[in-house]
Amino acid sequence: MRLEYFQMVDRVVTLDADRITVESRVPEASPVFEGHFPGYAIVPGVLLVETMAQTAGWLLLSIEKLQRMPFLLKVNGANFRGFVGPGAPLVVEATRTHDGSGYAVASARILSDGKRVADAELTFRIMDFPAEPLRQAMTETARRIGLPGYDGSGHG
Amino acid sequence: MTTPVFDQIADIIAENSEVARDSITPGAHVINDLGIDSLDFLDIVFAIDKAFGIKVPVESWTQEVNAGTAPAEKYFVMGNLAQRIEELVAAKQAKA
Repeated sequence: MRLEYFQMVDRVVTLDADRITVESRVPEASPVFEGHFPGYAIVPGVLLVETMAQTAGWLLLSIEKLQRMPFLLKVNGANFRGFVGPGAPLVVEATRTHDGSGYAVASARILSDGKRVADAELTFRIMDFPAEPLRQAMTETARRIGLPGYDGSGHG
Repeated sequence: MTTPVFDQIADIIAENSEVARDSITPGAHVINDLGIDSLDFLDIVFAIDKAFGIKVPVESWTQEVNAGTAPAEKYFVMGNLAQRIEELVAAKQAKA
């Protein structure tokens, strides 16, 4: 996890038809913590939302076979149930709850040490990649985080 | 005279936008007359999908309109939209 680069997902753990689980570890140090907060570092809630959005995004990217890109459109009912500090291990789960025409809805939650620390419902617009370099970058990231089918294992 | 499906869709639009229920008439264009933006429209489509158990094919409708193979009125004027939804519901029931 590199907060300042918006790299929120370290590794895909499981991927099923409508569900994904990923792991991430909050870094011990980050410029983000210099401001949030001085003397008491915690991951900003907006970055927890981003973490859930990226997790659900990888699920949708996999469903779309990396041919179309989900863009976050709406966040409903975001809850932050506990502080997430430096070094925290995170397990993030996302489930596609609705498959619409050109959009999708997912529910997501973050667990740390087995305790739920955040959850939200997320809506994405799904559209053609607006730029080829973006598609290439997403494909490279899919390989880095071990998205099945793109991790070199031959499993998809 | 409106149909139950029209009334249900109009209720959904009123609940998911700032449009007054009584301004939603069969001749109203969803975007041009009611001023519904793309995010509200997506919320409305989501609510319609759930309410009727269908998948409103907004992408293919938009592609048809953009390609000039169908007039926007066919899908985005309220009376016609309700008719399209009724057709989708009937097609779903015929498959069941």
